[in-house]
Amino acid sequence: MSDTPDRVSKIVVEHLGVEADKVTQEASFIDDLGADSLDIVELVMAFEEEFGVEIPDDAAEKIATVGDATKYIEEHKG
Amino acid sequence: MRRVVVTGLGLVTPLGADVETSWANILASKSGAGQITKFDTEGHKCTIACEVKPKDHEYGFDPDKRVDHKVQRQVDPFIVFGIDAAGQALEDAGLEEMDEATRFRAGCSIGSGIGGLPGIESESLVLRDRGPGRVSPHFVHGRLINLISGQVSIKYGLMGPNHAVVTACSTGAHSIGDAARMIRDDDADIMLAGGAEATICPIGIAGFAQARALNMSMNDRPEEASRPYDKDRDGFVMGEGAGVVVLEEYEHAKARGAKIYAEVVGYGLSGDAHHVTAPHPEGSGAYRSMEMALKKAGLTPADIDYINAHGTSTMADTIELGSVKQLFGDAIGGVSMSSTKSAIGHLLGGAGAVEAIFCILALRDQIVPPTLNLHNPDEGTDGVDLVPLVAKKREVKAVLNNSFGFGGTNASLVMTKVD
Repeated sequence: MSDTPDRVSKIVVEHLGVEADKVTQEASFIDDLGADSLDIVELVMAFEEEFGVEIPDDAAEKIATVGDATKYIEEHKG
Repeated sequence: MRRVVVTGLGLVTPLGADVETSWANILASKSGAGQITKFDTEGHKCTIACEVKPKDHEYGFDPDKRVDHKVQRQVDPFIVFGIDAAGQALEDAGLEEMDEATRFRAGCSIGSGIGGLPGIESESLVLRDRGPGRVSPHFVHGRLINLISGQVSIKYGLMGPNHAVVTACSTGAHSIGDAARMIRDDDADIMLAGGAEATICPIGIAGFAQARALNMSMNDRPEEASRPYDKDRDGFVMGEGAGVVVLEEYEHAKARGAKIYAEVVGYGLSGDAHHVTAPHPEGSGAYRSMEMALKKAGLTPADIDYINAHGTSTMADTIELGSVKQLFGDAIGGVSMSSTKSAIGHLLGGAGAVEAIFCILALRDQIVPPTLNLHNPDEGTDGVDLVPLVAKKREVKAVLNNSFGFGGTNASLVMTKVD
């Protein structure tokens, strides 16, 4: 099984300073995890670094939940 | 006229992460200096500084106490120090919780001399090495000088004036003076005022070393390097940290039964119009700044018991002393004057606020802090009590705090006990 969800979750916990159990795949970055738009820019950069993927701005704008990020990374990582 | 009093104090210094620890260590003649631990000093002419100690140290600073984890990751350390000191001051004043009407009349004036230099340095390297797409989205607002005031106002809901002074090493004193005027002029009833700095980073140390401002001859004995008024002084030792006070309109403070430390009775400002780094050789800017502060206070030099000098441990010390002697005349014999930079180094934009707090504590405890390492007073120091080496018990009813900065900017504050 892929370790992508765990690695995504770890990054989110570190960057947003939230409890790990709140970071479910359904959690919305803004509504559930207290992120603002700049936090999402920073998270996307961290995902790009961690997984070696490029997430263009138009794709980044569609990432609203932890699951959206995991799915995008799974589909695009090398 | 509306009177302005001090009702809360907050400190983060190289000698403690709170007011009482910092003050106790100052009075015990301890030094906060040591070898720089924040970066590898290989190749640097100066390898020493007064760093705020890490949280596992006896009097270390724990950023988790008052600053959100997310904010810590986004901002430079000067902002973290400033938020913590502001929080301490509000807690000390009993103002952590204020109703909305009070918060409309409560503001911030917390500045910095340089701001987020470590972050500017490190993100510049990210830009060069990894490209613009890797620069943090929090880069700008995590480095801006007014973002202590910004962050504190958001954290505590303060909707009054939101201000930040940038006057190099006079920042802390100007911040308090300006904020006191805002209260006097009825812009606010409560102001958090002070300054913070954290520039112990490679470019900060190299820059000040190249300007020949830092001590570079005593890297092997850091605790002796900051020695204001001593013949062997050879430049300042960089410090870091923050000082923030709660200023409050007197009747407002009295009505809620607040503890009142002191009254801000005088504020003087001037410009040297002489040189970017060197003070006017006759100290005329310093003289006019102090003279104005005394005049506003309605006091004479004979009323002043203690001066916390700018005294950076550079050649400028004797210029300041000369202007004090000129202004005080015969009254010089009755005043004690010391430089606490001998213990905690030069906190640059934080210095004026931290030192104002030491002045307030001198008023509270009737004791004046020492000038460390003053073994061989320089010429021109005769007849002035520079409180060498050990703290001194004495009557303290009125204090004068001096701060002078690059660009030839001078600020003086006069504060008194309130009966």
